[in-house]
Amino acid sequence: MRALLALEDGFTLTGTSFTGPGESNGEVIFNTGMTGYQEVLTDPSYAGQMVCMTYPHIGNYGINAEDMESRRVFVEGFIVKECCKTPSNWRATMSLPDYLTQNGIMGIEGVDTRALTRHLRLHGAKRGIISTEDVTPEELAQRAKAAPLMEGSNLADAVTLPEPYVWTGAATAPARIVDGAYDWPGPGPRVVVFDFGVKWNILRLLTEQGFDLLVVPSSYTAAQVAALRPDAIFLSNGPGDPAALTATIAELKLLTDAYPVAGICLGHQLLGHALGGRTFKLKFGHHGCNHPVKDLTDGHIEISSQNHGFCVDIDSLSDVQLTHVNLNDRTLEGFAHKTRPIIAIQYHPEASPGPHDSRNFFNRFRTMVREATGR
Amino acid sequence: MPKRTDLKKIMLIGSGPIVIGQACEFDYSGTQALKALKEEGYEVVLVNSNPATIMTDPVLADRTYIEPIEPETVAKIIAKERPDALLPTLGGQTGLNTALAVAEMGVLDEYGVELIGATREAIMKAESRELFREAMANIGLKVPKSGIVHNLDDVRRVAQEISFPIIVRPAYTLGGTGGGVAYNMEDLEEIASRGLAASMKTEVMLEQSVLGWKEFELEVMRDRNNNCVIICSIENIDPMGVHTGDSITVAPAQTLTDVEYQRMRDASIAIMGEIGVETGGSNVQFAVNPEDGEMVVIEMNPRVSRSSALASKATGFPIAKIAAKLAVGYTLDEIPNDITRETQASFEPTIDYVVTKIPRFTFEKFPGTQDSLTTAMKSVGEAMSIGRTFKESLQKGMRSLEIGLPGLGKDFARPEQSVEDLLAASRTPRSTRLLTVRRALAAGATVEQLYEVTRIDPWFLRQIAEIVAMEEELKGFSLEHSIGVNPDTAAMLRRAKEFGFSDVQLASLWKKSAADVRGLRKELSIVPTYYLVDTCAAEFEAYTPYFYSTYETGRELTRSEKKKVVILGGGPNRIGQGIEFDYCCCHASFALRDMGVESIMVNSNPETVSTDYDTSDRLYFEPLTFEDVLNIIEMERPDGVIVQFGGQTPLNLAVPLLRAGVPIIGTSPDSIDRAEDRERFQALLNKLDLRQPANGTAMSFETARAEAESIGYPVVVRPSYVLGGRAMEIVYDSEALERYFREAVGASPEHPVLIDKFLENAIEVDVDALCDGTDTYVAGIMEHIEEAGIHSGDSACVLPPHTLPEAVVEEIRRQTCALATELNVIGLMNIQFAVKDGVVFILEVNPRASRTAPFVSKATGVPLVRLATRVMLGEKLKDLDPWSQRRRGYYAVKESVFPFNRFPGTDVLLGPEMRSTGEVMGVDPSFALAFMKSQLAAGVNLPHEGTVFISVNERDKKAVLPAARIFQEVGFRIVATGGTAAFLAEHGVNAEKVLKVHEGRPNVVDLIKNREIHLMVNTPSGKKTVHDSAILRQTALLYGLPYTTTAAGAWAIALSIRERGGNGLKVQSLQEYYGR
Repeated sequence: MRALLALEDGFTLTGTSFTGPGESNGEVIFNTGMTGYQEVLTDPSYAGQMVCMTYPHIGNYGINAEDMESRRVFVEGFIVKECCKTPSNWRATMSLPDYLTQNGIMGIEGVDTRALTRHLRLHGAKRGIISTEDVTPEELAQRAKAAPLMEGSNLADAVTLPEPYVWTGAATAPARIVDGAYDWPGPGPRVVVFDFGVKWNILRLLTEQGFDLLVVPSSYTAAQVAALRPDAIFLSNGPGDPAALTATIAELKLLTDAYPVAGICLGHQLLGHALGGRTFKLKFGHHGCNHPVKDLTDGHIEISSQNHGFCVDIDSLSDVQLTHVNLNDRTLEGFAHKTRPIIAIQYHPEASPGPHDSRNFFNRFRTMVREATGR
Repeated sequence: MPKRTDLKKIMLIGSGPIVIGQACEFDYSGTQALKALKEEGYEVVLVNSNPATIMTDPVLADRTYIEPIEPETVAKIIAKERPDALLPTLGGQTGLNTALAVAEMGVLDEYGVELIGATREAIMKAESRELFREAMANIGLKVPKSGIVHNLDDVRRVAQEISFPIIVRPAYTLGGTGGGVAYNMEDLEEIASRGLAASMKTEVMLEQSVLGWKEFELEVMRDRNNNCVIICSIENIDPMGVHTGDSITVAPAQTLTDVEYQRMRDASIAIMGEIGVETGGSNVQFAVNPEDGEMVVIEMNPRVSRSSALASKATGFPIAKIAAKLAVGYTLDEIPNDITRETQASFEPTIDYVVTKIPRFTFEKFPGTQDSLTTAMKSVGEAMSIGRTFKESLQKGMRSLEIGLPGLGKDFARPEQSVEDLLAASRTPRSTRLLTVRRALAAGATVEQLYEVTRIDPWFLRQIAEIVAMEEELKGFSLEHSIGVNPDTAAMLRRAKEFGFSDVQLASLWKKSAADVRGLRKELSIVPTYYLVDTCAAEFEAYTPYFYSTYETGRELTRSEKKKVVILGGGPNRIGQGIEFDYCCCHASFALRDMGVESIMVNSNPETVSTDYDTSDRLYFEPLTFEDVLNIIEMERPDGVIVQFGGQTPLNLAVPLLRAGVPIIGTSPDSIDRAEDRERFQALLNKLDLRQPANGTAMSFETARAEAESIGYPVVVRPSYVLGGRAMEIVYDSEALERYFREAVGASPEHPVLIDKFLENAIEVDVDALCDGTDTYVAGIMEHIEEAGIHSGDSACVLPPHTLPEAVVEEIRRQTCALATELNVIGLMNIQFAVKDGVVFILEVNPRASRTAPFVSKATGVPLVRLATRVMLGEKLKDLDPWSQRRRGYYAVKESVFPFNRFPGTDVLLGPEMRSTGEVMGVDPSFALAFMKSQLAAGVNLPHEGTVFISVNERDKKAVLPAARIFQEVGFRIVATGGTAAFLAEHGVNAEKVLKVHEGRPNVVDLIKNREIHLMVNTPSGKKTVHDSAILRQTALLYGLPYTTTAAGAWAIALSIRERGGNGLKVQSLQEYYGR
């Protein structure tokens, strides 16, 4: 079924819907990863966005049961050059079109994804719309403007689960909170994870470090956290503009005074705000698996998995040591507080998808917690 | 960390002659490395015996040794040059093995030379099957069950522990030489003994077969800070069991989830660390069980490889250049990425297109060898293609092969074979398997059935099925009623182009001419766009002008207004057309750059320097077909197109392009036709009063017999419609002629057979000349060492001539000038002469660059192709003055290198059909020593002493006598077969008689096998008895015995053995020969 893609600036491309009729809008961004579309689809950080994959063949290995990064698909729409209808992989349980259709997400193919990517690179991320309706490109471009702007969007509160939960190793399960208190079951250091749209692989890797995890909604206050008596706080990745999470930032200011804190991606940006810094929107963001990040503490280079549209302004922070920088555009990729146990990185040490070069972040967090709390 | 300043002088070892498994990709990597090291201010010493390479251009290295690549010679160069470091990882397996050998000789320690890039330990760990297996166990990676063997007893023992089929993998060899798949004990013993003989350390691994598993490769780079990046992943369409060089491969990997890919990536990085590859590029191969994802490591190459070249071209990431910079101490984050300029080399390329590499085979030249693919590589070249989708890429790749296929599928006729037959035929991997798969699908086979028999991943099979379905749809589309009116036509045509269908394919489906399809397409504005290869999927702005065509919507390319010239390259390597022509194309490009003219290269061969993104101002990685080339020309509107440097490929396009109004520069296509058309050529010679051997044309055996009798035997016969000496034969009598007609060709009025007088015992002479329409510069006169009758590409030759009288040379020069002027040659020309009894005959005239252009350039110090390019753009020879640049005072011998050890069962006799893959050059003030160096460089280590076996036919007995006398004089023991022994004795040469094979035992084959013979001279007689001696020559080949099959060759060998005496050979660089 013929489908049209229009951006708010009037740029349009035609394609074919592989998920039936429909219409969907969101901020259009591109992702340069050649593998890992299943992880991308289920990464809550993509809420509010329509993702264009730059690699032309998507769906080749289908969808499997294991590589989920959350409970459902979060992208608003999926734009590819060619979608594979019959996958080939020993783990595949479903095809990509079936999976998107089941989740009610639009996918279009036959799109000149390179032309779209170049347009976004030159003109910046844009709001866009895909539709199978019989409308003129001009009219559709008008409709694209109806999508919410990413700047100022508080999406984390929209994707977070409303109640605390625990990670069972393969899935999530409700946590029993009685009168605001939690009976930690295990012997490990206790970590409260703020769910701004957390990827499951973060939970997997924190568990691997021996932490006991309790995942709480983004709305949790410092007082609520204190009642849980954690040893440390972990701030997850998530979608949207960090500056819009004013309430969370206020609570984090209190938490950073009291606990060891680590943050990834949106968590990194929120820590930046909590420590008095600013964030700004990147022209078209970093979305892919091949960005080089230099660890300034030892000079080592990590090929990193990245997915962010906002960035912490390097010059806005004081009292922190810059620990990681992006070698492509020299933007801030990580910092540590000079005196307090606070570390953060902008990119994705949990990968999924992407290289595993940065997994030592979880070791660093473990060490920091041990040094700060003796646990 | 910045570059090392403790190193001043660095030595680089090249890979020598082009052989199967080691082709121009190492010229590409070596050239990049040379340039990178020079850029950093190092003094660079190069050794490479291959004169056809760009890297041996005397302007690139500070000292260029065109000397044999073998440990003793390299040790001499080290002793003379005293480099601080030796970089062994850019010259293929040859470079690596030679470096390892000189290290083991203690030469590096003696002169304080450091191995950079990879240490001796790392090389051994990666190359030794045993150490590698241990290393993998250390890091918890699985390898297939295997056993290391050093003799046949071991083989039998290990075979008890592993189930058949068993893969035989010799250690330290190249391209799987000596390896194979054994299905039973008999196979195993045969293959293993070949493997033991081929391995430099008599070490072979017997490995449990993972036949049918999916095969992947990752290209890794590492710097001294242990930063690792993966440049490219490659998935083989052909599953395990076919050498990766013979497999159709695709980049990036198509069927791996991120989890599986990252597991492979982690493993590759761990392997780099465990093996200890300090810096540079490596290649790791994996097999994956399609049923459960189990992954095993197959092997790793601690050096830049053929796959690295492919990965570089596939992604735009210059692996060899970066490897050289890492070797001298830089880290990845210190090296800028030329393509984006704002980023560094420390990133992983991401691509937004699909790359397909398809090997090109040449089984037809090696009768007696089966077309079946195993773990020993047999392909002689490859084409690479880029498309936005796999379908487009595959179809472009098929037509890039230049084997008469306009895509996947040619005439789309209904297959005649049954599904069952086609499925059975698909089971064995062969050079044409993908075509069989297509036919099977067209005949109704299912993807599941084909997967069952081929184990080609269903994803690929489905893609092919989609192409087949598209064929059906196109066939059913009624074009007649729709031209210009049916709005569906444009949509249909566009879809077909997106599926990679060529105009020729569409024409065949729609029963139109290709020109009609092209016309319709242009009328509907369906033309390709050119997208950039930018390493980053458009995430950053790219500056490198490296393009591929695709049918998409965007426009990325803008035409410049500068004066510009398009150079058409040579396409995939094949026998007869290889690196020499790439050398020519590159030089044309360099000349254009010097002149301020924009150079635009079109080529489809990923192994080449010409497809490096910084060789030309613009690079189009495209098939060299009329359609694809004309599309580029219509877009670029160049001032000129050069067709004379890329060999036959562009030459075949010359006339069609000219008719399409394309400005071909240089010698006119009409002149080319005058030289190629038999009748016009005769008229030309008559006009100039020049001679050619008596000849005639026959439409049937009867007329042929009459012609042959009137001309007089022996005659050379060949079909008129083939090139490169295919099916060409020398026949000595009517019986042989009859057999030729019966077995080799059928003549008909459409396909006449050409008959030429064969000039027995004539001396053949090759001449390269440069002409500007007025003046002619006779650049090189090369005297063949073997007598006439051997294809000029297969014979050894010497420049300047060493036996021709000056008067004959003068006459050759005169005739050359006369022909050049008459044909109004603008640029290069090549003429083949034969001299018999002082009379000069013309065999062939080619008004274009020849295979020998680089050899002549190196041998004389005159950069012929650069001058030719200038001439083609209007400059005059009298201003360029090549005469004053000419260097003299030494001999240069070119020798050919043959792939016979890859084609067991084929006879090694030289003949009119070219079969060599590469060439080497030996240079010395003495002819005999230059010849000896050429032999050594070709891998033939002539003995100082010992036993020579001589067996020659009646015609050659007299001719071989001078050689036999020298062998006696220098103290060789001579053994000979009955007739030869008697003849020699009659003429005062003592020869012991030895039995022929059929005469009983012990016979000469026994002597060879017992290594009691050290040199063999064996000339065959007419075709009938050739087979009797074939076994002799095959035994010699198998046992690495130096041999010659010509009397003239024997004489040159004898001379060189005598002249060398007990002394060693001296080494000298080109710069020294040139007096620079």
